[in-house]
Amino acid sequence: MDGDAATFNFLILLVPIVLIVLGAGVGGLTARTHLRSLERREAELTSIEVNNLKFVRDPGSAADTRMVLGQVVIATDYFKSLATALRNLVGGEMRAAEGLMNRARREALVRMLEDARSMNADEVWNVRFGFSNISQMRGKQGAMQVEVFAWGTAVRRGASA
Amino acid sequence: MLVVNTEFVPGFEVTKVLGLVQGNTIRAKHVGRDIAAGLKNLVGGELKGYTELLTEARRQAIERMISQAEQLGADAVVNVRFTTSAVTAGAAELYAYGTAVTLAGGA
Repeated sequence: MDGDAATFNFLILLVPIVLIVLGAGVGGLTARTHLRSLERREAELTSIEVNNLKFVRDPGSAADTRMVLGQVVIATDYFKSLATALRNLVGGEMRAAEGLMNRARREALVRMLEDARSMNADEVWNVRFGFSNISQMRGKQGAMQVEVFAWGTAVRRGASA
Repeated sequence: MLVVNTEFVPGFEVTKVLGLVQGNTIRAKHVGRDIAAGLKNLVGGELKGYTELLTEARRQAIERMISQAEQLGADAVVNVRFTTSAVTAGAAELYAYGTAVTLAGGA
């Protein structure tokens, strides 16, 4: 009976360790795959000019104008959540959160550009970013779930100005 | 109906500013999606259920804004912006607003 209790305690202790290892392993892999996919898609979309100017240059030659939108909800893994929780104690730069925010913002921008590509846009003007913290909305602390959205005005130029 | 987030519509002239139009929607999460999102929190990555939920909700806010502009007889909504706010834990409000205008000319 004593042996059983010891095994049980050992297993209970094992759970967070397994979660950390799983989070770090699979989470790291997910992040790397995501970054590779972002790089590939960004390279495909370089033909579209992006800026955050309020006015459209040379408005006379615009053939088609539409608002485009891209959005994503993304979460950290268990390991990174723990890393940010520890970082909250000692202060300083929160690299795990920085990575998450950068990936979310790039993903939202890429999705917006893919939307622009579907109408053969040449440029996207007045790009803005919005952000909401989903985990806070759900009344939970710790695990970070963030939504980032990007929107702008896509312009397709006419064949003749 | 043209919808842009620039101050003017390229190729057109704004003839009349009809005023602010807005659309909102408040959405609560789905329990099943919440459990799936909780599991996803272990390994990280995109929460596709939430992305879909918010995409759909934001589209509805835009549609409500457009129908308000249509009632005013507008040709376009310019300078569209979005905000998101947490109304209660578990529910989010998505809000879209812009200025309804009438246009003249055209490319």
